Amino acid sequence: MTKSNFTRRGVLRTGAVAGAGLSLPTIFTSSASAFTNEPQGGSVTLGFNVPQSGPYADEGADELRAYELAVEHLNGGGDGGMMNTFSSKALRGNGILGKKVEYVTGDTQTKSDAARASAKSMIEKDGAVMITGGSSSGVAVAVQALCQEAGVIFMAGLTHSNDTTGKDKRANGFRHFFNSYMSGAALAPVLANAYGTDRNAYHLTADYNWGYTTEEAVKDSTEALGWNTVAAVKTPLTQTDFSSYIAPVLQSGADTLVLNHYGGNMVNSLTNAVQFGLRDKVVNNKDFQIIVPLYSRLMARGAGANVKGIFGSTNWHWSLQDEGSKAFVRSFGTKYGFPPSQAAHTCYVQTLLYADAVERAGSFNPCAVVEALEGYEFDGLGNGKTLYRAEDHQCFKDVLVVKGKENPTSEFDLLEIVEVTPVEQVTYDPNHPQFQGGSLGSCNPGA
Amino acid sequence: MFKLNKKDLRTLIIVILLALFAPFLLNPFPTDSALAQFNAGYPDLMQRFVIFGIFAVGFNILFGLTGYLSFGHAAFLGAGSYAAIWMMKLLTMNIIPAIIISVIVAGIFSLFVGWISLRRSGIYFSILTLAFSMMSYQLAYSVLTPITGGETGLQPKVNDPRLLDGALAEGAIPKANLFGLDMSQSYDMSLGAWSFTFNSGYYIAAAFLILSFYLSIRIFRSPFGMMLRAVKSNQQRMTYTGLDPKPYTLAAFVISGMYAGLAGGLLVAMDTQAGAERMFWTASGEVVLMTILGGVGTLIGPVLGSGAIKYMENIISKINSDILHTWFAFLPDGLENVIVAIIYPFIGKGWHLTLGLLFMIVVIALPGGLVEGAQRLSRLFKKGKNKSNENE
Repeated sequence: MTKSNFTRRGVLRTGAVAGAGLSLPTIFTSSASAFTNEPQGGSVTLGFNVPQSGPYADEGADELRAYELAVEHLNGGGDGGMMNTFSSKALRGNGILGKKVEYVTGDTQTKSDAARASAKSMIEKDGAVMITGGSSSGVAVAVQALCQEAGVIFMAGLTHSNDTTGKDKRANGFRHFFNSYMSGAALAPVLANAYGTDRNAYHLTADYNWGYTTEEAVKDSTEALGWNTVAAVKTPLTQTDFSSYIAPVLQSGADTLVLNHYGGNMVNSLTNAVQFGLRDKVVNNKDFQIIVPLYSRLMARGAGANVKGIFGSTNWHWSLQDEGSKAFVRSFGTKYGFPPSQAAHTCYVQTLLYADAVERAGSFNPCAVVEALEGYEFDGLGNGKTLYRAEDHQCFKDVLVVKGKENPTSEFDLLEIVEVTPVEQVTYDPNHPQFQGGSLGSCNPGA
Repeated sequence: MFKLNKKDLRTLIIVILLALFAPFLLNPFPTDSALAQFNAGYPDLMQRFVIFGIFAVGFNILFGLTGYLSFGHAAFLGAGSYAAIWMMKLLTMNIIPAIIISVIVAGIFSLFVGWISLRRSGIYFSILTLAFSMMSYQLAYSVLTPITGGETGLQPKVNDPRLLDGALAEGAIPKANLFGLDMSQSYDMSLGAWSFTFNSGYYIAAAFLILSFYLSIRIFRSPFGMMLRAVKSNQQRMTYTGLDPKPYTLAAFVISGMYAGLAGGLLVAMDTQAGAERMFWTASGEVVLMTILGGVGTLIGPVLGSGAIKYMENIISKINSDILHTWFAFLPDGLENVIVAIIYPFIGKGWHLTLGLLFMIVVIALPGGLVEGAQRLSRLFKKGKNKSNENE
């Protein structure tokens, strides 16, 4: 005999619990989306991750100014800046795909950990669909890898090391800035012209990745033109007094000093070298010369009169006379009262390029954006005709060789353009030895 | 239960509850409200809360019990991170081997550093540990670049060997997992205007925090812990009674080094990259701040302190002047600008300033840290209650 336990109360209770259980999924609905942080509603959020404290805070501040300007222009404010000179006319000043552009900011502190934490909070908390910024290659590589994992687009800011689009390249990451190889390739012919092909070079190199790739690039390109490298000495990144490194330069018989230093390092080493009277020396019947592969205006300002006549390379300079550069300098100057730096330029351009790619692709989906940017050719953004190469997501464009101005007229007018090296001369094979060991993988749209 | 007395059991239960319900506790504001800026319940920050909690709990075993102030604990965190990331590159993306090896490597490294540094005490010990951590940082940043990746650090790559893992599917990227459970996997629950995120990585890290916390309680209450307290109160007297303090301090040093290694391994497990910056002396200083802010020598203090510091670093630092202006938009223009100008130095990049002020207040007014603050509050509360009882 079976005994039934069904009571009216029991059945009701079970029914109520089951009903509540079944209705749970409808209460806890989380909207499914095709990719990470698909913009909902009438706005889209971009994440501007720049150094606001630490050694590159000045550059970070300038980058942030450029981003704010770019957002203003994208939303139809201001005079439109380079949107008017850009070869693509997809952007109409009504946001991106009709959505108003909003942004969040974060501080990278020029530390990989802090930069990743700040980028993660932008992605996980603020719903940013694109991260951009940074002022060092270590940060760029770290954040680029994070964006690849999370499934958002990374538009690199100022990063010059070969690794960013070399051994650490990622499908979701793009770099507009030039790199160490391009610096070397652009500088070498100008140097050979100015100083001859039988020089003995002595390298002082900041002891970290960017220093290594720059040293290698400059060494390779100058040796190809007949120069001889006497020695390459690593200097600690935290060094502030380089006198003990300068003294051996003269005894080595070298007649050229290459300073693979950036930021404060370069300001100090160059000042030391000039104070030691290196530039007044004559070695091997040749005037002693100093070279700084990567220049920036902030560095030139720091080193003051010491930069006069010293060669280097930069990505962009505000004194360029093409329509795009003029338009950008005008709107930046109107808003902030002084000309933009190269860091500001590359960040502004990256934001426009991203917005434009989304417009052309018709979607914020990272994979669609990657497709729109790969192999994309454009003009009117200040560097002449430019190609976003599909193989490594590096921009190929003319490189500027500059020289410290002899008679600066203002605190911003410190560099003069010596030569605009055409893009053919700085183009390299994607499998060039300096760029080997990485693979893009395929684009990741995340969720 | 668990061989704990009633009071400790209560503390442990509080920590367990805090850890379990963190997604709710940290997201008290509706998603679309202006106050959502102060929500901290997103996976990355929750993971950091518990991981740095582990780091601080471990540090407290050395500093809180023996009084030896190490300024180099970040080196062990870094060593653990590098060990973990190499396990992921060479062996498998499963986090278990990575975490085990990170604890072992940090333990061996701290044995070496402790064996040398513990020959001195007081300020000399602090300086020695500081020197070791800066040496490790410099090595990792430049000399050891082939092993540590230098400035750019290390990340798992598609073409790493990973002997135990099968080949990746075309286009897939290596992700840290626990037997297939992805660390970044989250479940979003929306309840009306609120939304809460439950992240698998967070709960795994939280489980480690609870374990570490339990272990730390047991150490505090053990005869070994008593010996460590003896070292702190009077090392000379201890020597006169015929006891050699060195093995005890060294053991405490290694244990706290292993805690740091565990934290480093977990950092890599949750966010697969390791860089040299996490060995910098400021990172070592941060854990000292966490411990002092929360309450040195207390059980739960370091967890609270690490939470407070990470909250400021990640939430206060993200408020920019635009957000301030929207908050005070209801005020007349002139007044709005004045108020924004007053607050501005304390937010965004100025979060260090806010932290500094908080630290000063705590050190001056509450030498026992946040824990002392809580105790005073509860005493005040109890007193009030007692009084009202008397009145009846």
